[in-house]
Amino acid sequence: MPGHFEPLPGGGAAVALDDVEISIIRSLAVQLLELIGPGPAEDAPDDPLAELFAEGPSEPPADPVLRRLFPDAYTDPEGTPGPGRADEQKAHSAEFRRFTENDLRAGKRENALTVVRSLDALASEAAGEGGAVLKLTPPQSQQWLRALNDLRLAIGSRLEITDEDDTDLLYRLPDDDPRKPMVMAYLWLGGLQETLVTTLLP
Amino acid sequence: MTSPAPLEIERTESADEVFAVPEPDVPWVTIVHNDPVNLMSYVTYVFQSYFGYTKDKATKLMLDVHHKGRAVVSSGSREEMERDVQAMHGYGLWATLQQDRK
Repeated sequence: MPGHFEPLPGGGAAVALDDVEISIIRSLAVQLLELIGPGPAEDAPDDPLAELFAEGPSEPPADPVLRRLFPDAYTDPEGTPGPGRADEQKAHSAEFRRFTENDLRAGKRENALTVVRSLDALASEAAGEGGAVLKLTPPQSQQWLRALNDLRLAIGSRLEITDEDDTDLLYRLPDDDPRKPMVMAYLWLGGLQETLVTTLLP
Repeated sequence: MTSPAPLEIERTESADEVFAVPEPDVPWVTIVHNDPVNLMSYVTYVFQSYFGYTKDKATKLMLDVHHKGRAVVSSGSREEMERDVQAMHGYGLWATLQQDRK
């Protein structure tokens, strides 16, 4: 069934994708990869120790998408800490970021790369046929699931979806709204993720 | 507010020790915050697969996040909670940790 993942007997999941769908997901995944950026030590490949000792950033990212993907760990979004507590939370968040953000970025990069690689393999299969059936192993399903979620977070952040009412508004956008194509992609990826997660639930 | 000029006070050696109250052994908690993007099914799945919670418990926590805006999903030492928060960020859930001050 197009646009819907179905469980494969023995584990894993499958979905039929046409050429256009393959290229849309691939292009979104590549954009996400570009946004997340290279690893800390990829500039210095001669030094294998550099990556081990590379510290992550201590400031939150300037880009709103990255700020959503890598939020402050100690800052309660609803809390109103006193001035002393706010400084303490900021310091703890900075330290957490230094020691975790590189690993988190690497994990998200790896998931998006898995998506790109499986689509490239599928694209050659789909060439001349107009489409093909993507088959994922259980580990690939996990990576796809997280990558689809990151893509939706990224698009949701660009569309400035900040509460549930915003999502309702998106359903009613007129066809000539410039956000329409992005909204269509967002809703379609939501359907893919929803059906993929269903194949993974026990 | 202001304070009077300090008086010369003779401090005893043990003064610091007496008044240094150690950080009380209060547990830390991981809190997951509501988010209009994450799917309810996905959030439930994350609670089941990462924490090993039953479907019922995972669903209840997900609904708490959805309706109350937040839910405490785990508690323990600060190091354990940092691990949980990092894992939640890996899944794309919006999580923070804090000491469980009642």
